[in-house]
Parts: sequence; C-alpha cells; structure tokens
Amino acid sequence: MSERDGKFVLPIGPQHPSLKEPCSFKITLDGEVVEKAVVEIGYNHRGLEKACESRTFVQDLYIIERVCGICSHAHTSAFCRCVEEMCGLLVPRRAEYIRGIVGELERLHSHLLWLGVAAHEIGFDTLFMYTWRDRERVLDMLAAIGGNRINYGVNTFGGVRRDLEPELIAEIGRVMDALEEKLKYYFELALVEPALIGRLSGIGILRPEDVRRFSAVGPVARAAGIMDDTRIIEPYGVFREIAVNGVTDDHCDVYGRTIVRVKEMLESVRLIRVMLRELPDGPISVKAPRRVPAGEILIRVEAPRGEDIHYVRSTGGDMPDRVRVRAPTEANWHGMSYMLEGFHLADVPIIIAAIDPCYSCTDRAVRLTDAGGSSLHAWEELRRLGIERYQSLGIDPSGIRLREFPRG
Amino acid sequence: MKKKLHLPGELAGQAIRNVFAKPATIDYPHGDPSIPANYRGRLVYDAPRCINCLMCMRDCPSKAIRIENRGTKENPDMHAYLNVARCIFCCQCVDSCPKKCLSASNDILLARLSRDELSVEL
Amino acid sequence: MLLDILKILLFPGFAFLAAYAFLLEYVDRKAYARMQNRVGPPWYQPLADFFKLLGKKVIIPRNAGKRTFAALPVVSLAAVATAYVSVPVWGRAAIVGYEGDLVVVLYLLSIPTICLFLAGFSSHDVYTIMGAFRTLTQMFAYEVPLFIAFLSPAVLAGTWSITGILAFYADRPLLALVNLPAFFIALLSAQSKLERAPFDAPEAETEIVGGALVEYSGRYLAFMHASAMCELAVVTSAIAALFLPVLTGFAAADFALYLIKTLALLLLLTLLRASVARIRMDQMLNFCWMVMTPMAIIQIVVNLFLRGGLGL
Repeated sequence: MSERDGKFVLPIGPQHPSLKEPCSFKITLDGEVVEKAVVEIGYNHRGLEKACESRTFVQDLYIIERVCGICSHAHTSAFCRCVEEMCGLLVPRRAEYIRGIVGELERLHSHLLWLGVAAHEIGFDTLFMYTWRDRERVLDMLAAIGGNRINYGVNTFGGVRRDLEPELIAEIGRVMDALEEKLKYYFELALVEPALIGRLSGIGILRPEDVRRFSAVGPVARAAGIMDDTRIIEPYGVFREIAVNGVTDDHCDVYGRTIVRVKEMLESVRLIRVMLRELPDGPISVKAPRRVPAGEILIRVEAPRGEDIHYVRSTGGDMPDRVRVRAPTEANWHGMSYMLEGFHLADVPIIIAAIDPCYSCTDRAVRLTDAGGSSLHAWEELRRLGIERYQSLGIDPSGIRLREFPRG
Repeated sequence: MKKKLHLPGELAGQAIRNVFAKPATIDYPHGDPSIPANYRGRLVYDAPRCINCLMCMRDCPSKAIRIENRGTKENPDMHAYLNVARCIFCCQCVDSCPKKCLSASNDILLARLSRDELSVEL
Repeated sequence: MLLDILKILLFPGFAFLAAYAFLLEYVDRKAYARMQNRVGPPWYQPLADFFKLLGKKVIIPRNAGKRTFAALPVVSLAAVATAYVSVPVWGRAAIVGYEGDLVVVLYLLSIPTICLFLAGFSSHDVYTIMGAFRTLTQMFAYEVPLFIAFLSPAVLAGTWSITGILAFYADRPLLALVNLPAFFIALLSAQSKLERAPFDAPEAETEIVGGALVEYSGRYLAFMHASAMCELAVVTSAIAALFLPVLTGFAAADFALYLIKTLALLLLLTLLRASVARIRMDQMLNFCWMVMTPMAIIQIVVNLFLRGGLGL
C-alpha cells in the first residue's frame, strides 16, 4: 500500500485486467479523483528495428507485419511502399485496390475491436460480445483473402500475394451488407443509450490546441475537429483514385472518439463497396529486386489508430541499414497524463483505452536522461563499476580476461 | 442529436431476441471451426519436385525450415524438416519456391505435448 | 422438534438453499451467455468451479488478520443461510416465522456486505481497500431504499413477519399491485446489494481488479462466492414472497410457484445486468439518493395513508 500525504497512489499495471499489454500508470488519487498520473512505458521493448537491420528485406516484411497485432496491414503497406519507392517499382492498379480493400477491412476489424474493448472497460459486456461477434465476420473475410486472421500477409514488394476470386468478392459484399446494418445499430445506440453517453461524454478531454501541443493523431485528433487523415491530406495508392469522406467530431472527449470510430467504420464499408465495384483487371504484382538501391525514404500511411510513419535507409544491399517505425500510439502517449488528470478513477481505464493504445508497437528503447539520478557511463567506467560491485559481493572477476569489444 | 429521452438498457431487446437465436460461438472441440481452404496452416512438401535450391531456407524469417539431400546429386533423396514452434506461418517459403514443391494446408491442429514433437519432417 | 431441525438442515433449509443457489448461478450464467449470443457454460459449471476452488491452495496475505480472513466467509454464509429459514418456500409459511422476522432478514442480509467490506479491509491491499470502501459507500446508498421498499408492503399489511405479509396479500392479491413501485426499487437495490452490473463498481475488474476479494483464494474464495450466490437466492425469494403473493393453497404447487417466481426474478436481474453499462460511484450515489430513496418514501407514505383509508 502506498500512501503519501494522505493521498492514495494506485498502481495500474504493469499487470492489470484493463491493460491488454504491460504498461504502468501511477495514479495519485484524491478520493476517487485522479490528481496526478504518471505514464511509464517500456515493458515491451522487442528490438524489432534492430532485428530488421540484421535480416533481408524479404524477411523484414514479416517482422514488420508483426509490429502490431491489429494493424499488421498498415505497417506492411508502409514498409512495402518504402521499398517500392526506392526500387522505383510501379505497383499494378489491381494490387493497389486489393491493398485498399484489405486496409479498410482491417480498419473495420480494428475499430470493432476497439468498440468492444471500450464497452468492456465501462462494464458493458454485452456490447463487447456483440461487437466482437461482428468482428469475427470481418476476420473470416480477412482469413479467406490472406490465409490468416490477423497477419494476413497480403502485401509483398511490388504488389500483393493473393488475388481476389469472384466468389470471395461476392461474399465480402454480403458481409458488408450484414455489417452495415449492425454498424448503423451501434451508431444509433451510441447516440441514444444513456448508459453509454453518461459514461463516455465529458471525460478525457483533449481540445484542438492540446491536440497540437501533444501532437496527437488519428481518431483522438479527429474527435477534436482536426482532420489529419493521411488518406485525405496526402492520398496514396488507391486513395488517389477514390476519395475518402473524412470524419471529424467536435466533442473533444471519449464520446467524440467513439462517434468518430463508428462513423469511420460506416465510411470503410462504403469504400470497400466502391473498391470492389471498380476493381480493375490485370496482374497483382511485379517482380521486385532482392537488393534495394541506396537511399532513404519516409512514408506515411493511415493505420486504424492514426498516422503510421516508416523510415527506411538502404546502402544498396539486401538488408536495410536503418528501419524506423513510428506507430500511431507513440504520438498519442504524450497527452495521456493530461487526459487522465482531474477525472474519476472509474474513468481511467476508458480514457486509456480511448486512444486505442498499442503498447508493444510503441516501445523502442530505453532513454537515458540526467534527471532522477541516472547517468551515462563510458564502457571502461561501466566495467570498473561492475568489477567493484562483484568484489563487494566477495567475487573477484578482475582475473577474467574479456574479449575487447568494438567501440563506437 | 436526438433530444428524445431514453432509458438505459437500449440493448435489452437485442438481448431477449438473442436468447432464442442460435449462438454465434461453438462448443469448441466439438463444433466446426470452419477454416478456409486457402488458410496458411502446416506446410506440405512434395519431395520429388524439389531441386535443392534452398531458397526457402534463405527467405525464412524465423529459420524454421530445413531442406536436406540424403542421396547424391544425381540420385537425390530430399527431406524437409519444419520446426513448428519456430514457424510463423508467413508462407514466404511457398512464394519463394521456384518449383512450387511447398504449399500450405489448412491443418491448424498443431499442438503437441512436448517441444521435441514440434520438430517434424514434412 | 426433530422434524423442524431436519427441515432447517435439509429441505427447505440449508441443503436446498445450497443446491438452489448453484442452479440459480447456472441459470444466471447461461441466460447471460445466451443474451450475449454465446453458447454458455454446461450445467455442472458452478459446481465444478466450487469444487475446483476447494482443492486450491489458500494463500493468506502476511499482513492480513488471519482469523478474520478465515472467519469472514463462514460468517457471511451463515448469515445468509439463517435469513433463508424465515422466508416461505414450501407452502405459505416459513420454517421459522415470527413477528418481526422481516427486519431480522434484512439485517442478516447486510452481514455479507459487511463481511465483504471487512474482507477487503483486512487484506491490506490497495485494490481490496478501494473495493472495500466502494462496497461500503454503495451500501450506504442502497440500504435506505432497500429497507423502505421492503418495509412498505409490511406497513400496508400491518405485520412485520414475512409469512404474515404473504398471507395478507394472498387473500387480497389486488392490493399487491399498490406495491409495484416498491417492487422495482427492491429489484434495483437488490441488484446493487448483489454488486451486479450496473452497480458492480465495487468489484469492477477493469478498474480495481475485482475489488475486495482480490486476495482471497482457495476454499475461502469458494465460500465467499457461495455466500454471494446464496444471497442472490435469498433476496429473490424474499422479493417473491413480499411482492408476488400468488398462492394456490397446496404446498407442492406453491413450491412450484416459488421456483417459477424466483427464476423469473433472476432472469429479470440477468437481463438488467446484460443490457446496461457499469455506472460510476458518483452516478450510483446520485441515482440512489435522488431517485430511488424519494420514490421509496413516497411509496411508504402512500401505503400508510392507504392503510388508514381502507381501515385495515
């Protein structure tokens, strides 16, 4: 139990039922009201950028696909576009359309998942079960297209790996019809159900100026009326041909984020219908070289959670020199403490969930700062400190000869 | 937005209707999980067509597959070994194979009782 | 005398209560699952859960009061079981009925809640203490409307014995309709007493990880759960006796009616649980003090005047 000046410090995480991945929040409570919130991320560092740098581009595609358990297609789309731009490949139109269809199906499944998680956080388990039931239909479609429910593996350099058969196109159309009906019901529910409105509105407020200050992206920014949809402000792929109707809202709170997501799902259904109707014939991929010409590139793609940025640098070999993945959640973390402070403890899970956090996509490396007594050590000094520590424990490691490590 | 007064529990109608509807879930080991035919499950290997180019081994992101020629160059005896515990089912090997001797099946029942049993010959 | 003891111990007493609680838990979980379009658990699931927990290791936190920790589940279960013997199940009379047993039952039903608070408080964990305080806050909010709602039929009937109230309304079924608002208040406050959605903030797993019972394990947890389920059985039985006075005069038929009434009440509570979101503590307090309590007071005042007016 931690008490300080009569205030309760409640640790949420690293293990907590409302967190789907490890992450730590130190919530200082004044009664039931959050006085101060400290966000500590970094439990999920997987070293994936380094792993990418030590494998070939083809192998990296599958690491990048596993950056996120939900928006796997957005990440591979960004990575593939990086490589395609550097190699100067022209992706066939049919492939761009299939990428677009899978991307929008992914947005549907991600937002339905979010709606379910949000409902669960506010103790609305029936809505949670309903949205996840409907999400299963989308996942079945994705499995039928790509061969897996989550890591569809549709993208490859120069196009897509699997074609859409006519029966599958008809099946997707049928699923969209069924889903649209359900989505309209959820939209109606979000507009009138007092249990939802009472729990979601007025909490986790992030106004437009705060969005700019914390550089929030995705539905969090769009709920504050800031249109930052990459598909609209910087169209790529199929969205150069098919216009997206942007969705914004002016509630600035968790309720606004819910409305934005539900409306975006309806827009995704419309886009999938248009893309299926106008799906051009032709090849689905062009041959990509194994070696990527030297150069560097930065690509933006709209993932379901917001803008996803990939940076790739190549030195002309078959392995990248540097890969940087900035998942959308990384941009949304900065405003989290601000969003939490001043609201009730009961609202903490839903405010955290409202940015649709993806912890492991975000965690990159440990940052050393001068604050809090941490310090930077040179290699020799670190080694000396280590030897002293072991000597203080009664072990003398100074006789052990270590291989000289390369510096720099 | 509508200003009509609504009582909480809009979902009650759906809930009552669902009591009499067929459940969306199945009683797992007994029901039919309906795996699509082109699912990326366990790999299938067609040894006679293999030319021992080892492209699959080279492209495998997780170093799960191993191709071995037990015979001679003129009289090959090809074997493929898969470590199912390492395999991430991306099926890049299927795409990389120039002779299409690897393919994916929709067999997803891959759980075994020990780690050793997960290393299988295809 | 021996027959009475057998009645208390076996049927319709403690043994029946335990069996019926398991049945109610199964019906609750199955109906909840079907409302959510799921398959739901098999019939033996509550029993399997109970026996599995019995076989699990018990871990008592180092700085918890060991005796209190171990005694609370027993006290809680005992209080609920004692309350049950004053509720009519077989026929129209309870096993032990006496003038004033309604108040005794209400107080006995408060004991599990207090046990839950003490369980959370004695566990000395940040989540259990949050859960314990929420349990207590919620108790102060619903206890007043619950008491008033339960007492208003008694005021009209002019007796403070559950058996007597049942007999009074069974002879004048139309008068029971007067208590309809109190019936709904009783249902809602029963839902918050049992800490089920939308009033499950004291055990909100997404906020405080399950509340007061976080540190409980093994057979103590099993008995805590069992006492909660028995409490559900007793509360629905009491509501059925007070507000749904439909009797035939034949003991076996009345027992069948009792089963139907309690199952219907349970399904109502399950439907309520399935169709709303959890409300915050402040919303809960507002709802109890601003809506339920005034309505309950109006009900009891109406009943007082009605009693005077009808000259009963």
